Amino acid sequence: MEARVNLYQAKSRNRRDSVLLFLGMGILFGLAGALIGGGLGMPPLGGVAIGLAVAGIQGAVGWFAGDEIVLSMSGAREVDYAEFPQLFNVVEEMSIAAGIPAPRIFVIEDSAPNAFATGKKPGKAYVAVTTGLLDKLNREELQGVIGHEIAHIRNGDVRFGILMAVLVGAIVLLCDMFWRSMRFGGARRSRSSKGGSATAILFVLAVLFAILAPILAKIIQMAWSRQREYLADASSAELTRNPLGLASALRKIAHDPEPLEAANRAMQHLYIVNPVKPLEERAKLVFATHPPVEERVRRLESIAGFQRLSEAENLDSQSFAPSQGQ
Amino acid sequence: MVPWLIALGAFVLIALWFAAVYNGLIALRNQVKNAWSQIDIQLKRRYDLIPNLVNTVKGFMKHEKDIFEKIATARQAAMAAGASGNVAATAQAEGALAAAMRPLFALVENYPDLKSNQNVQSLMEELTSTENKISFSRQLYNDVVTQFNTKLESIPTNVIAGMFQFKAAEFFQVENAVERQAVKVEF
Repeated sequence: MEARVNLYQAKSRNRRDSVLLFLGMGILFGLAGALIGGGLGMPPLGGVAIGLAVAGIQGAVGWFAGDEIVLSMSGAREVDYAEFPQLFNVVEEMSIAAGIPAPRIFVIEDSAPNAFATGKKPGKAYVAVTTGLLDKLNREELQGVIGHEIAHIRNGDVRFGILMAVLVGAIVLLCDMFWRSMRFGGARRSRSSKGGSATAILFVLAVLFAILAPILAKIIQMAWSRQREYLADASSAELTRNPLGLASALRKIAHDPEPLEAANRAMQHLYIVNPVKPLEERAKLVFATHPPVEERVRRLESIAGFQRLSEAENLDSQSFAPSQGQ
Repeated sequence: MVPWLIALGAFVLIALWFAAVYNGLIALRNQVKNAWSQIDIQLKRRYDLIPNLVNTVKGFMKHEKDIFEKIATARQAAMAAGASGNVAATAQAEGALAAAMRPLFALVENYPDLKSNQNVQSLMEELTSTENKISFSRQLYNDVVTQFNTKLESIPTNVIAGMFQFKAAEFFQVENAVERQAVKVEF
């Protein structure tokens, strides 16, 4: 059981972890480029360049068109102050606390509670919530959820995420190139007289790498995604100075049995709680985009200074009642 | 020749570092000013909203005259302090105004006719939100002040700060004893 952690420590730990994961990904990518490029007989930097170029194009599409795609996939519509004054007020409050311009606000007609944020940078950002969320959460909990989304915007998670996705894409691409060249050029290599044992070892390493690297890249990417979720939770606590509000909201959202209709795997990582629920249970934890809700709640309560005596109570909101302010 | 080049290179690097640190301090100081003006904006919103709520509610609560009087006085005092630009005085006056408003909120909770009135409800939401926004802009201000003051006091930035006479900024603190008292509501 880890020691109690305060707000600032939680933030710096999460930030440090995600930077380490990014570096890990970078190293993996560099190795992939060098080894596979070398194994193919290309200069090492050639492999790196090609991988980056193609994946970079995919990233550019995600960068420029991503927001519109995501917003239309989720069925969100933009709303104005007159329709949802409390929502507008809460978003503005959190933007003030974060020191960023308020994002544009969208609502999704769905009784399942959930929310997401997207956007290239503060000032060009969007926040979407479901009508279910607005009905089921009180003002304090709504503030916690919006704080989490605003934190994602302020921390630049969408940009960072696209960068990570580009790196993963490049690694997968390089490995793919390797397998293709094996099929077409493999016969040639065995007749080549140059190199000898060094080339052979390099080749074997490249094969191993080509098998493991895509899986490893995915694992690193998912671990990074989970760290950013923890960071957004801690940042929300920093913005509201009320971690129990978000903890209570997370419990309510996780407990809600209704499925989000517009949910799909392409967008699952953007929501505050992964809406593709059955998958989350079945998938191994190492491939989950979001950390388990019990652990998120536990960390938030730890910031507030609470430690649960028994794990069984964690998801039971009756044994623990934060003040229900309206 | 070479020693000259090295010396020149070192000089350029130090000058660049100097400029970077100075610019960083300027940026932080401007963030502090910006955060202060954010507070100001929210305080002015509150000044404008309060008379609205008071008027809507007055009709229902004719016998609660001294709550309304206290609010009016506190509001005038806060506006004056805000105009003076003195951080500590403003904080104190704002604290007093917030304290004067609390009995009013408590009363609204206890008059069912008032509570269910649409106008009152949306005004209450506006006031709650304004109080929150004031709170958050103060929080942001204090956070930015913390960053700025920390930079000022750290080595080696404090050397440059001293040279250009950067001064530490004040926190927005509530010194008023009244603000910290529990609110007594009498009927």
